[in-house]
Amino acid sequence: MNNSKNNRLEEPYGLYINRSKQISFYFNSNLYTGYQGDTIASALAANGVFLLSRSFKYHRPRGILTMAGRDANTLVQVDDEPNVRADVYLVREGLHVWAQNVFGSLSNDKGQIIEKFARFLPVGFYYKAFYKPKGAWKYWDSVIRKIAGLGKVDTASIPYKSDKAYRFCDIAVIGAGPAGLSAALQAAQAGATVILIDENSSLGGSLNYTRVDQQYSCEQLIEDVVNHPAIEIYFNATCTGWFADNWLSVMCPARMLKLRAKIIIAATGLIEQPAVFRNNDLPGVMLGSAAQRLIRLYGVAPGRSAIVLTSNEDGYSVALDLIDVGITVNAIVDMHKEEKETELVAEVKRKNIAILQGNAIYEAIPGPGKRSITGALVGEISKDGSVDKKLVKISCDLICMCAGYTPAAQLLCHSGGTLKYDELDATLKIKNLPSNALAAGSVNNIDKLDAVLADGKVAGWRAAKKIGFYLDEEPSVSENRCIRKQNYPFPIFSHAKKKEFVDFDEDLQIGDIKNAIKEGYDDVELVKRYSTVVMGPSQGRQSALNNMRLVARYSQQPQVNTITTQRPPYSPEYIQHLAGKSYQPIKRTAIHYRHIEKGAQMMPAGVWLRPAYYGEPTQKSECINRESLAVHNNVGLIDVSTLGKLEIRGPDAAELLNRMYTFTYSKQAVNRSRYVLMTDQFGAITDDGVACRLGEQHFYVTATTSGVDNVFRNMLHWNAQWCLDVDITNVTAAYAAVNIAGPNSRNVLNEVVDDINLDANAFSYMEVKTGHVAKIPARILRVGFVGELGYEIHVPAHQGEALWDALMQAGEKYKISVFGVEAQRLLRLEKGHIIVGQDTDGLTIPPEADMAWAMAKTKPFYIGKRPIEVLTNRGLTRKLVGFEMPSDATLPLECNLIVEGNEITGRVTSVSRSPILEKTIGLAFVQLNQSEIGTNIQIKLTNSKIVNAVIVPTPFYDPHNKRQEM
Amino acid sequence: MHCPLNGPRNISEFIYGGDVKIMPNPVAGSDYEWAEYLFIEDNLKGIVREWWMHVPTSYWFIVERNTETDEIIKTLPPEKLAFQAK
Repeated sequence: MNNSKNNRLEEPYGLYINRSKQISFYFNSNLYTGYQGDTIASALAANGVFLLSRSFKYHRPRGILTMAGRDANTLVQVDDEPNVRADVYLVREGLHVWAQNVFGSLSNDKGQIIEKFARFLPVGFYYKAFYKPKGAWKYWDSVIRKIAGLGKVDTASIPYKSDKAYRFCDIAVIGAGPAGLSAALQAAQAGATVILIDENSSLGGSLNYTRVDQQYSCEQLIEDVVNHPAIEIYFNATCTGWFADNWLSVMCPARMLKLRAKIIIAATGLIEQPAVFRNNDLPGVMLGSAAQRLIRLYGVAPGRSAIVLTSNEDGYSVALDLIDVGITVNAIVDMHKEEKETELVAEVKRKNIAILQGNAIYEAIPGPGKRSITGALVGEISKDGSVDKKLVKISCDLICMCAGYTPAAQLLCHSGGTLKYDELDATLKIKNLPSNALAAGSVNNIDKLDAVLADGKVAGWRAAKKIGFYLDEEPSVSENRCIRKQNYPFPIFSHAKKKEFVDFDEDLQIGDIKNAIKEGYDDVELVKRYSTVVMGPSQGRQSALNNMRLVARYSQQPQVNTITTQRPPYSPEYIQHLAGKSYQPIKRTAIHYRHIEKGAQMMPAGVWLRPAYYGEPTQKSECINRESLAVHNNVGLIDVSTLGKLEIRGPDAAELLNRMYTFTYSKQAVNRSRYVLMTDQFGAITDDGVACRLGEQHFYVTATTSGVDNVFRNMLHWNAQWCLDVDITNVTAAYAAVNIAGPNSRNVLNEVVDDINLDANAFSYMEVKTGHVAKIPARILRVGFVGELGYEIHVPAHQGEALWDALMQAGEKYKISVFGVEAQRLLRLEKGHIIVGQDTDGLTIPPEADMAWAMAKTKPFYIGKRPIEVLTNRGLTRKLVGFEMPSDATLPLECNLIVEGNEITGRVTSVSRSPILEKTIGLAFVQLNQSEIGTNIQIKLTNSKIVNAVIVPTPFYDPHNKRQEM
Repeated sequence: MHCPLNGPRNISEFIYGGDVKIMPNPVAGSDYEWAEYLFIEDNLKGIVREWWMHVPTSYWFIVERNTETDEIIKTLPPEKLAFQAK
């Protein structure tokens, strides 16, 4: 524990911290204390710890740079979470924080040795070095991955809960600084609903940490915004992307907000830029705004003695801030030659601080192990922009860089805006704003506070007007908007011994950019891809502008005036937040709880749950056998409510079915049902079911459980083109349905049916009757669903349970059995019925599945007809056939291959042991020459063993269908 | 997107149903015409007519969209297009 250096400042400094709540946490196994509200970085800085991590490539010591989560210098591992930004992540009691990218210890990293070989690690190194000779990458891959890894992924980590919220508003304002506040208030006062988003936990933006003149107090403004009922504020929320139609992704703690606004106002402010000089990356060198954030937000002194390198007046306020908290300012190094004549500068002069006009830092002098700095070498900037070699040594442990700004315009660029370099102000400016977007405040290159407030007001007024809210006249724009020369045009000073970093994330120096250009990559996008500049976690926030300046200069193309394309996300996102809660919608049938009471093992079927079988999982196959034998020998009852059900009504109902399905339906008699088989435009089988004609203009059609939504969607799509006079309704959930099957099914049904004659000659196979079952209005379909005498009974869903109970009660004296999906599948396999999607694939045409019988020959058209004809005429290449094996043979798995020598000739699609047949039966795709009855085929099991089977005709059971037509 | 039936709705509520195409005559159309219809997409840069569906209401309609700018120019009910039932 290192408490020897206490950098904590007295109140009122420390807006975000709660001094009454002390928090203990570990950094690299050492115990430290901070306050509630401290970030990891601020708490460590208060304890005198500024070295936080090691850099990606050279393992150089790194510390606080932005104190705003905008850089990659402070990435640490927190418990099981890698790549945490220590400068924005709040400390919690007992937190374990680890420095990343370290071999050995943080203060004495063995990886530093890499730096000594830096000249052997030129830009583009990876492309050149490790791919020759052929195969070399295989070796180097693991070595490099070990060196280049960031945090450690803990695969045992348990994710916390996160979800998504959907919000809508008239106007979204991003950034709650002075411009955002006044824009939000103006828009809300005009009558618009406003959502205000800020990544911080307080309103006011830079007002919270910069030196603000008292006359511009925004307390009233903040109070008005907070109290306005039409303004909703999201704190600690980062807008990471702006997508089509003003769709914003906003990352909140453990929640992703999907926000859609009519108009968006970006009041996102500025991003302070570093200067480039030797050792500008070491702990102790930070942005001026980072020092101010440490002081005002967290009450931490960033150092003891400082040098401020500046190009603007803000550097002078940083100096005054430092002096106010007792830090000695040894010099202000102002890169501009001309003296600034403002009140602020005069105040600095009164404090007798040395101001070196037209000077720059040539290098920062590192302390032991480069873990800190001890001073700087300062010299005059000569005409060619380099630092004169007559250098002065000034001691310090802190260098504040105030080299200028870029607008935080990333979001505006996502939505179509572009950034162009402005020579006069040496900064990037926004162009081509889309019509539903406005920029307000300093992101607009407006920097005087009164002008910023006025600009926000104007943006709020204009945004409201765009969507029809008028309030008074347009507010006036303040005349004196900008302070010129905020930025120094070329704050980049190369050093004979290099290590002047342009990009901290990727450890890129001036020479690396120059080399990329020398090798012919003379465009910012090409330099980026070759050198990886701006590609690190901070996405060029601190490097894009300086990189552009270097490319413009060294490629001798002064016309280079923009940075690389900005893409979402603006700042790091958790994939977990993007995924959100995992929803698994489940539908339960009306009879669901009866199955549970009977001890059913439920299984998913599409979005539904169905009973797989009734009994203990250890007894699975016994249960299935018992259930199937009950159907064959007695009577069984199954819930088939999940079957898709469609009502087709209207004069053209039969015509629609003629076009959608392969059979002919125009001549189907009323009260009869007919098999339906659907193929897609390419002729492949997509669904099957039964069509019942309930009236001349009324069909009731069933579809598969998982296929019905697509069948319905398809029918509507085609009919949108055909405009047939027909109404199509999906009534799947409106009806519950059961199938009662087995030789005794008629007897059971007779107990509860009064108004329908169930005799075989009065109610024949494939007939449909409407009547009552146990006084419940029902549609009864006599179908061969499971191959025995059987009836499918459809009733309104809310009466499903009553129907089930009535049938179970009526069946009691016959010892009725319930059966589940597993037995149903076995029974259907015994009859050779296919399961669409299991016994067919995305290319199976009906003749391949031996279903030519279901295809109308004379109809001029149905969907898929022409391709089926073409493919059939060309000659089939495979066929779905039945096979059988002795019941003691090893049971193959579905998808096991059919082989002939070394050739794969097909695959098993369904297979099961049939207790009634006392053998193993199955369906398989085989080549045509193997499809003859009696052919022996070889099935390769999962363990590579070969088992024999023989092709047999289907149905396997009751081949002449006598039983279902009883 | 503005749905002709439901008014402006979130784009995530819609699914895409392919270009608007006219099916060749099922009997008289040549194999070439059918192959063209089934397998060849124009993939035009510019304004195209497409099928879209509003999923919650299962409503199919036609969209004119600029594939270059991804801008929806207009949406119209399918009855506005003259499709001949063949």
